[in-house]
Amino acid sequence: MTEPYSIALAILAAAAAGLVGAFALMKRTILAGDVMSHIAIPGLGLALLWAWDPLVGGGMTLFIGILIIWQLQKKTELSAEAAIGVIFASSVALGALLIHSDEALVDALFGGFKNLSPAEFAFGAGTSILIIVALWLLRNKLIISLFSPELAKASGIDVDRTNLWFLLLFGLAILANLRFLGALLVGSLIIIPASVARQLTHSLNTFLAASVAISVLSMLIGFFVAAHYGIDSGATVVVTAAGFFILSLLKKKN
Amino acid sequence: MQPALIVSGLTVSFDGETVLNDVSFEIAPGESLSIIGPNGAGKTVLLRALLGAAPYQGTITWAKGTRVGYVPQKIDADRHLPINFKNLLAAKADVQHLEPSDVEGVIATVGLTERMLMTPVGHLSGGEFQRSLIAFALLGNPSVLILDEPTASIDITGEQQTYDLIHRLQDTHGITVIVVSHDLSFVYQYATKVLCLNTSGICFGTPSEALTPDALEKLYGPHKYFHYLPRQNAEGNAQSHAHRHGSEKDIS
Repeated sequence: MTEPYSIALAILAAAAAGLVGAFALMKRTILAGDVMSHIAIPGLGLALLWAWDPLVGGGMTLFIGILIIWQLQKKTELSAEAAIGVIFASSVALGALLIHSDEALVDALFGGFKNLSPAEFAFGAGTSILIIVALWLLRNKLIISLFSPELAKASGIDVDRTNLWFLLLFGLAILANLRFLGALLVGSLIIIPASVARQLTHSLNTFLAASVAISVLSMLIGFFVAAHYGIDSGATVVVTAAGFFILSLLKKKN
Repeated sequence: MQPALIVSGLTVSFDGETVLNDVSFEIAPGESLSIIGPNGAGKTVLLRALLGAAPYQGTITWAKGTRVGYVPQKIDADRHLPINFKNLLAAKADVQHLEPSDVEGVIATVGLTERMLMTPVGHLSGGEFQRSLIAFALLGNPSVLILDEPTASIDITGEQQTYDLIHRLQDTHGITVIVVSHDLSFVYQYATKVLCLNTSGICFGTPSEALTPDALEKLYGPHKYFHYLPRQNAEGNAQSHAHRHGSEKDIS
């Protein structure tokens, strides 16, 4: 399929990443989420080894990783953070062992805009739309839970289940963007736009909207700059987002 | 009249350590129960057990149809959280399928201003934050309001306002109030029942019955309890109820 489809898909995926990132930033689970994206790497390795679709392999290990992190988040001790660190490092190492071809490794880690099959387009677009709709439906439970889990429980919200839903949507947002950014960089399109938006805004709705807008803009600008200069697109997208972040630091918040 | 709450033989242990031991009491609808006791006495644990958030032995029986509103002791709101109480009230109304008019109702009852509603939670003063939390708890029309040290982090003016608000809710809404308080002047002013807690229940009854020098000494240790009494009571007048607006603050 041609470039316009690829761009349309990238916009949808970036919007989903921006929205997920905004909630992750408020929940202060954004770094655990970054670790999560690396859990896709051994899955990508397995997919290459067995000639599966990379997203199937990545999705598989991501799902396992999500369940592990969900369990760990219930514990608050330092051991949970240590365990997340161990999962992160061993995932990257395991992925490097599984992926033999250098070129495939670079793609898995840094992504790129490749040709899309109609099925891939449909799956990708469907995933991103699902993330956005589901987050919108979940938003009120999330808002109360991240403000105070105790109050959320007293208000009749199943905080555990809300957290699991959120992690699953986070995992899907990683999958949706994996094709464009690769496992090493995909976390940054979730972290950076939300961080920029927090610098610039004071209210919930403008924060969410700004995070989505900056994510989509970073994707678009990165894509066109990379195409124009013939450089790596995933990295260009992330550098663009980082540029927005530096600009946002110039604005003093009261 | 059917009691609002009956607690019988309540025992809570964590890792083999008994935090609450065989606590029993009951309160009628519309009453105001104060739970007092030194730090580590198990007051917050008791509230958590009442809310069903801590495992316990014994029985806790709420009257049929009880809806509980809860105001926690402290929430460490991230200063940069771009969320205000307008968002939070709307979120709770959505989760509990309430009407927008319900939200307007609690805003009016508690007296939240538009500015308080629109200010990010981390930028509210202690008193404003507390009022907003009470509004959040009241949304959904609870029959019982549970507050954990509602004035711990606010100044004296805010404290009086908070207590007046709680008392007004009792008068006008007939709401049953359970409040953990370090503040014996509050107990004398507003409580209809008091529970002294130090792992076990040391005294229970109306403040004039329950707060004997003997019970207070048992609770806080010999000669310490005078620090907790309002001045006019410490001067040999400990049985009388203070005037609502006449209490002096002399808690050290």
